[in-house]
Amino acid sequence: MFGFHYRLERKAIGLVLSIIGVASIGGLVEIAPLFTIHQTVEDAPDMRVYTPLELAGRNIYIREGCYACHSQMIRTLRDEVERYGPYSLAVESKYDHPMLWGSKRTGPDLARLGEKYSDEWHVTHLNNPRDVVPESVMPSYAFLSRTELRTDDLSNHLKAQRAVGVPYTDDMIANAAADAYGQAAPDSSRAEGVTKRYGEATHVRAFDGHPNDLTEMDALVAYLQVLGRLTDAAHKPVASAENGS
Amino acid sequence: MIAQLTKSERQTALVILILMAIVGLAMATAGSHDPFGTHGGMVLLASIIGIFYVISGFYAPEPSDERLDSYYDEPSKFGIVMAMIWAVIGMFVGDWVAWLLAYPDWTFDAAWASFGRLRPVHTSGVIFGFGGNALIATSFYVMQRTSRARLPDQLSPWFVLLGYNLFCIIAASGYLMGVTQSKEYAEPEWYADLWLVVVWVTYFVLYLRTLARRKEPHIYVANWYYMAFILVVAMLHIVNNLAVPVSWGSAKSYSLFAGVQDAMTEWWYGHNAVAFFLTSGFLGMLYYYMPKRAGRPIYSYRMSIISFWGITFFYMWAGSHHLHYTALPQWVQSLGMTFSVMLLVPSWVSAGNALMTLNGAWHKVRDDAVLRFMMVAAVFYGLSTFEGSFMAIRSVNSLSHYTDWTVGHVHAGALGWVAMITFGAIYASVPWLWKREAMYSAKLVEAHFWLAVGGTVIYVFAMWNSGIIQGLMWRTYNESGTLAYTFTDSLVAMHPYYIARAIGGLLFLIGAVIGCYNMWMTIRTAPQAAPEAAADQPVLGGVVLQPGE
Repeated sequence: MFGFHYRLERKAIGLVLSIIGVASIGGLVEIAPLFTIHQTVEDAPDMRVYTPLELAGRNIYIREGCYACHSQMIRTLRDEVERYGPYSLAVESKYDHPMLWGSKRTGPDLARLGEKYSDEWHVTHLNNPRDVVPESVMPSYAFLSRTELRTDDLSNHLKAQRAVGVPYTDDMIANAAADAYGQAAPDSSRAEGVTKRYGEATHVRAFDGHPNDLTEMDALVAYLQVLGRLTDAAHKPVASAENGS
Repeated sequence: MIAQLTKSERQTALVILILMAIVGLAMATAGSHDPFGTHGGMVLLASIIGIFYVISGFYAPEPSDERLDSYYDEPSKFGIVMAMIWAVIGMFVGDWVAWLLAYPDWTFDAAWASFGRLRPVHTSGVIFGFGGNALIATSFYVMQRTSRARLPDQLSPWFVLLGYNLFCIIAASGYLMGVTQSKEYAEPEWYADLWLVVVWVTYFVLYLRTLARRKEPHIYVANWYYMAFILVVAMLHIVNNLAVPVSWGSAKSYSLFAGVQDAMTEWWYGHNAVAFFLTSGFLGMLYYYMPKRAGRPIYSYRMSIISFWGITFFYMWAGSHHLHYTALPQWVQSLGMTFSVMLLVPSWVSAGNALMTLNGAWHKVRDDAVLRFMMVAAVFYGLSTFEGSFMAIRSVNSLSHYTDWTVGHVHAGALGWVAMITFGAIYASVPWLWKREAMYSAKLVEAHFWLAVGGTVIYVFAMWNSGIIQGLMWRTYNESGTLAYTFTDSLVAMHPYYIARAIGGLLFLIGAVIGCYNMWMTIRTAPQAAPEAAADQPVLGGVVLQPGE
């Protein structure tokens, strides 16, 4: 073995090819099957895609680096299920490009945050977290309420999402900007199209309390309120787990 | 610098810079309402400055052929200076965000100053800015000497270093503007990623071309590690960053992967960024500078081989230990855990090989803070690889994951191992490169050493405490069978440790600033008439350290 190596280390290309070969095996064995084994991701026929407003909110969540302190992955541990809710399933993030499972909980997990608090609570909390949680160390995001949401490129966003595999229809792509306005302006003419395209359960509300202007606060709160609510698949196995254990 | 380039190299440089200026202009126009356009403007500005710089020296006389008798070290000098500048920037931002966790109102209502945007400036600043520049600079130095061959040309090393720093600047400024892919340690967006591929391929080709010119029959072990670093980082970078941009004028892109596949790809990348950027590359550094400084050959050639291939093979399986108890299928978690535990063998063989190399030179470790930096690095390498394997065990991970324990572990490796070996290598290189007898002040090196050790120990102990307390509080039940603490209770308990951590980080930062001053003063002092610097090997003749010989 060492004799073989004694000869190998005299050849640069031989070393290069050996390194590539040896280093490729682990990834091939662990990653490739995840795309082919069907059970990796559960079936959830009721799973819906993000609305343009929620997607914009998700992009703000990414832009501000919220994932650095908040996970969106409840592990299969008793204390986590009791603290946060049913453990996360793979299917719940199947339209998440990229996933936001996170790796650190400086703040609590957010996988089941949707509809846990009111819109008003979220707006107050994002404006200054210490107004509602005095001990919080979260930064204040007051500038979100002051910043108008950019909607002119939302159709392109949906198109790029479709290119990586999210099933947005032509109708959704064509109406992306209008749907973003409509979802945060319940009394406007554009509100109806949102529920038509994304389902009756979609939240159509003035998330930041001001139906007339569309801000980044609207988008982020719309996203936070749909966390864990795109499918109810996760609530089914928990019932049996409680009976079983 | 331009005077060192040949006429044809100056022309090539000009062509490259004009092409870059055109690309920058196109980016600025296409993305005029987007951070993409701002980055285009920065590329354009950088290219124009470069064009003027090349033109200013364009008609200088060509360098004489005498240059071919010595190694080409100017790029290494530049890389080392950039590494120290990034060290101060990256560590300063790191300590800033550490204080933000204790005093969250210090953001003065500005979007760019919040924790979430500053944190990647810290991580990329220290890993890619400080670590990356140090790796590239030392790799140029080491490969020339261990191959007894000069770099094949004068232009490509500059392209690699300047291009790499442009990538770092685009990355860091992007985070402040909110441009990020959100993939940890792979935050830069699609266009920065593409640029890095160009730079990296040039780097790899440069490495192979230098090796092809070598006068030593064997490729020295340090070069195996540097090569693994270059190759595998390229593989990881390309696969993990596959994405579809929103448009040709938008900074934003969407990852090709989603959900569980994306999580596995990201942590395959993330853990092996630790393996091949933060371990393999720096082991290359250790395998050259430690035996050089100690004046002892590497203890065991066979241990070098075992640990090299063990690390290259086992590490690639370990990424899934970041995803224990998640929605990732359990068979992948178990594989990740198993290989993480096995990884301890090649890791400790490496650390042991390094420490045994010091046998017969321990009196130097006592007297020479530079060598002591390297010794402490090897010890922390051993400690943090043990801790890493331990934390990869599922039941341990159930407590440690999501807590500050992980942060402490990472910093035991990053401060104790990566930064220590880098400072050791830089302190050794600076007098060699600038032809000085020694560093300006040995006392300041000593001061830096103790600040670095003290800062690391305070940091790591603070995070061990906070992490374990956090993990225990989250899972503690009271007598009635319900959770005993709210999340906020655990947060309040963290406060003293967050202050301790910020103080530890501050000590480490002060050490780095002292190091910068010491290097500045060393470079400023007039060159000693040091004949052949004892450490250097001429291109012709001389003996290069060979493993086990």
